Amino acid sequence: MLVILAAFAVAGLLLVVLGRRLGPAAFLVAAIVPAISVVWTCAQLGAVSNGEVLSEHTSWVGGLGLSLDFRLDAMAATMTLIVSGIGVLTLVYASRYFTADTPDLGRLAGLLVLFAGAMVGVVQADHLLVLYTCWEITSVTSYLLIGNRYTDANARAAALQALLITGAGGLAMLGGFVLLGHSAGTYRLSELAAKVPTSGPTITIALVLVLLGAFTKSAQYPFHAWLPAAMAAPTPVSAYLHSAAMVKAGVYLVARLSPIFAGAAVWRPSVLAVGIVTMVVGGLRALRQQDLKLLLAFGTVSQLGFMMVLFGAGTPAMTTAGWILLVAHAMFKAALFMVVGILDRATGTRDLRYLPALDRRWRWVEVATVISVASMAGLPLALGFIAKEATYEALIDRPFAGSAFVAAVVVSGSMLTVAYAIRFWWGAFVAPRRRVKTHLTAVATPAPGLLFVGPALCLAAASIVLGVALALADRLGTAAVRSLDPSAAPVHLALWHGLSAPLALSAITVAGGLILAITDRSIQRVLLVGSTLPKGEAVYLSLLRAVGATSRRVTGIVQNGSLPIYSGVILATAAILPTATMLQKWHWPGWPSIGALDDAPIAAALVVSALGAASIRRRFSAALFLGATGYAMAGLFVVYGAPDLALTQVTVETLSTVVFVLVLRRLPDRFERQSSLQRRAVRLGIAGIVGVSVFVFAIVAAASRTATPVSEEMISRSVPDGHGRNVVNVILVDFRGLDTLGEITVLAAASIGAVALARVGHRAAAERGERDAPRPAVDHTASSSHTVVPRIVFVDVSVQVIFHVVLMASLWLLFAGHNQPGGGFVGGLLAGSAFALRYIAGGMAEVRRHARFRPWTVLGAGLLLAAAMAAFPIVRGGAVLDVASKSVTLPAFGTIAMSTAIVFDIGVYLTVVGVVLMAFEAFGDEREEVRA
Amino acid sequence: MTVLLAATAAALFAIGTYLVLQRKLSRIIIGIGLMTHGANVLLITSGRRGDAPIIGESNSLSDPLPQALALTAIVITFAVTTLLLALAYRSWLLTHDDEVEDDVGDRAVARGLPLAEDEENTLTTSSTSRDSAP
Repeated sequence: MLVILAAFAVAGLLLVVLGRRLGPAAFLVAAIVPAISVVWTCAQLGAVSNGEVLSEHTSWVGGLGLSLDFRLDAMAATMTLIVSGIGVLTLVYASRYFTADTPDLGRLAGLLVLFAGAMVGVVQADHLLVLYTCWEITSVTSYLLIGNRYTDANARAAALQALLITGAGGLAMLGGFVLLGHSAGTYRLSELAAKVPTSGPTITIALVLVLLGAFTKSAQYPFHAWLPAAMAAPTPVSAYLHSAAMVKAGVYLVARLSPIFAGAAVWRPSVLAVGIVTMVVGGLRALRQQDLKLLLAFGTVSQLGFMMVLFGAGTPAMTTAGWILLVAHAMFKAALFMVVGILDRATGTRDLRYLPALDRRWRWVEVATVISVASMAGLPLALGFIAKEATYEALIDRPFAGSAFVAAVVVSGSMLTVAYAIRFWWGAFVAPRRRVKTHLTAVATPAPGLLFVGPALCLAAASIVLGVALALADRLGTAAVRSLDPSAAPVHLALWHGLSAPLALSAITVAGGLILAITDRSIQRVLLVGSTLPKGEAVYLSLLRAVGATSRRVTGIVQNGSLPIYSGVILATAAILPTATMLQKWHWPGWPSIGALDDAPIAAALVVSALGAASIRRRFSAALFLGATGYAMAGLFVVYGAPDLALTQVTVETLSTVVFVLVLRRLPDRFERQSSLQRRAVRLGIAGIVGVSVFVFAIVAAASRTATPVSEEMISRSVPDGHGRNVVNVILVDFRGLDTLGEITVLAAASIGAVALARVGHRAAAERGERDAPRPAVDHTASSSHTVVPRIVFVDVSVQVIFHVVLMASLWLLFAGHNQPGGGFVGGLLAGSAFALRYIAGGMAEVRRHARFRPWTVLGAGLLLAAAMAAFPIVRGGAVLDVASKSVTLPAFGTIAMSTAIVFDIGVYLTVVGVVLMAFEAFGDEREEVRA
Repeated sequence: MTVLLAATAAALFAIGTYLVLQRKLSRIIIGIGLMTHGANVLLITSGRRGDAPIIGESNSLSDPLPQALALTAIVITFAVTTLLLALAYRSWLLTHDDEVEDDVGDRAVARGLPLAEDEENTLTTSSTSRDSAP
């Protein structure tokens, strides 16, 4: 089975890609795989009719319990035969329907094959999720097929409508499947019956969701509107997808689940109610149509409702009737669609008021029509008659509560079916001939060829042959019912039930239908009332508009485009949510000590400089206050016993100040706009919330520690494992080296981003022309013009001297850092500061001359070196960042353990130097001339 | 953790928040810088206080792990600040200001103005009447 499904997929995709050149012959090529599927299924018929089940199981994602399970029992075989058989006939028909100049025929043929494969997958799947997947593939291919004429806005809208409705239903169904599979402990359809509980709220919700999927797919009220709209598709597509195959998927699913869940409170009432309404309303709408194709479409809606009623009841007799109706409907409806297509092609219209009279050469078309119409109306000898008889037979026994009412509705619905069947035949063939007699406007319409009529004739013949030689169908039908419900007693089909109640009901049905057809004029007047009722299309459209308007309003509120509002919401949430959680399990640990006296000046410096940074209205001063906060932080690190941090903070703060100055010199000196009092109040409020929550969090969290800090172990293993005495550095380059690698990657990414942003800005500004070029905001910096900055000898000489000293110091920090305060980060930042000095002395040119390499070369080399060191131990068979070491005595540094960690630290060093150089590259002034 | 330092961290966060909620990029950057300082105070005070964590120099070492965390945080803040300054720089080159204005398209949606491409057209064309009067 998997092989055949794969063949469908491969053939479909190949045709989509390569089928362009074949023209209409692509459809004949496309028919090969469905034909193979028909032959294979027929070969299994003997075994399957005896109740045997073929199954295939292929594990897919074992850990998730996902497997590709397929099985072929009598029901699946019936559906496979319908899908593949009618697929073959439709494809043959399509090869004559489309002319060679139609564009994209290969795509159309390929999509039809893909659809056929997916549909076979739906009916053969034994795993709920596999079924769901195939189900959605049919929705998607249906979308593409309806929208085949993609230049036509109506076709696109119809395609979208079908996709939205069936897609929404499919999603609901997926939810139902997951609930079912979860509560049953299995996703296998064949095991579901034994394991699933049939009552309880979970199952009720699951069943409602699954039914939503089935109802939308099978175009049940109130989700039916997409099916008539889908008539925008080419007629072969309508004949196949929207009468024989896809719309049966929902019915098939209900048929599968009914025997299991018929007892559940929600199942039978909802399926029967929806089915009955659909059957009657669809029939009434069909009677009003002038377009033959729409008449058939509403007829299909009606018949699908009928099938829902039959399968949804869940009794063996009803299911048997449903099975026979399923087969009969596929045959007569596909044949009638084909006839409409032929008429449309030959005469250019399918409106039954304007169809021309057709001569004797069209008799085969009329034969196919009459037989199919007879089957649709349920006249004796045709398969449709058997279906109707079996239905009445099943309902007369009153198998469940309310079945008398159901019987009454089914009889009246069937009367409507008879009426619109007559309307179809009369409108297509009889009425035009009568018009000819009065108006003498006979048109010599060329008759269709054999391959064009053949498929419809085949289907019509099958309707009769199966109706008369009932034994052929009876065995498979009985087996199919038992495959759905193993406990069912066999219900045999019969052409002649004797002069019994069912026959009487059939007679009433036909008579009623005839009366309806004869009194057509007065009926139409009554039916006109129906056009004032709200229609499914209107509901769909207003729903769509409401969704659009709502999402717009929500977007307007949620995505309002204001950065302060975004940050405010994020910060307030980040403050309030954890605090609320904390309050739920409130435990105040008591106040900790007020604090050491040493800390007081530092804390004061921190807060005062922060307040200064926030309140001052000059940009430069604010940046300097931020720097002051940073230096105060360094003081805090010193008293806390963190020399590495203090060093890093001081160098970073120095460099940051330089970079701030480089950027801020371009911006206006002052913040101009004052915001309203109200806004400031909101800001203050959020700031207060954040502050309070941080304060409470800090105190509660600090007092809540119960475990020993992991750093105890790090301290004890630092020398033996990490070969370094500076624990902070050992953590960075060894214990948590992989984190460090990630962090320097972030550094590299951020600085590349900075350079890119600055350069894009340059280019955009340059494009606006010199006249409009931005003027320096503060004149005395004189930066972006060609002004020449005089070189100050004093600074120049000092830098010459200091530069190399600072570089040496940075190297010392790098190499000594493993055992004393220092390390790659601090070393790199210090080296960066050396280049900052060079910039101050002589601008970008001076930096470039002394850096020798381009900034990105340094950055990339550092990152590469660190990554290579991290990965190198893998080559030797160790883990990432395994450290090898050897003690070396160097003159300046004393005895140090030279481990591979130092190489990693060199990588960090280079990356950080690269980041600093990149910052100058981004903000340094290109055009700054330097005079010696 | 002491009340003094908890209050300091809270103050840094609150002042930083106040600045981040403004529209001038340079103020936002300074605000983020202050919040980072606050976070670093929290980090460093979460560990034990003591002498520098160099083995063999003392018996009461400070906790090295928060220091390692804070160290990388400091350096990353530098890179992030550079990136944000590049944003401000670019904004100035393009608009002569570093103010973050509201997104024009988003404001239009909020006010209910029609969008340039109104997709509703493609949805409503299907409303051609399927029921013709007899």
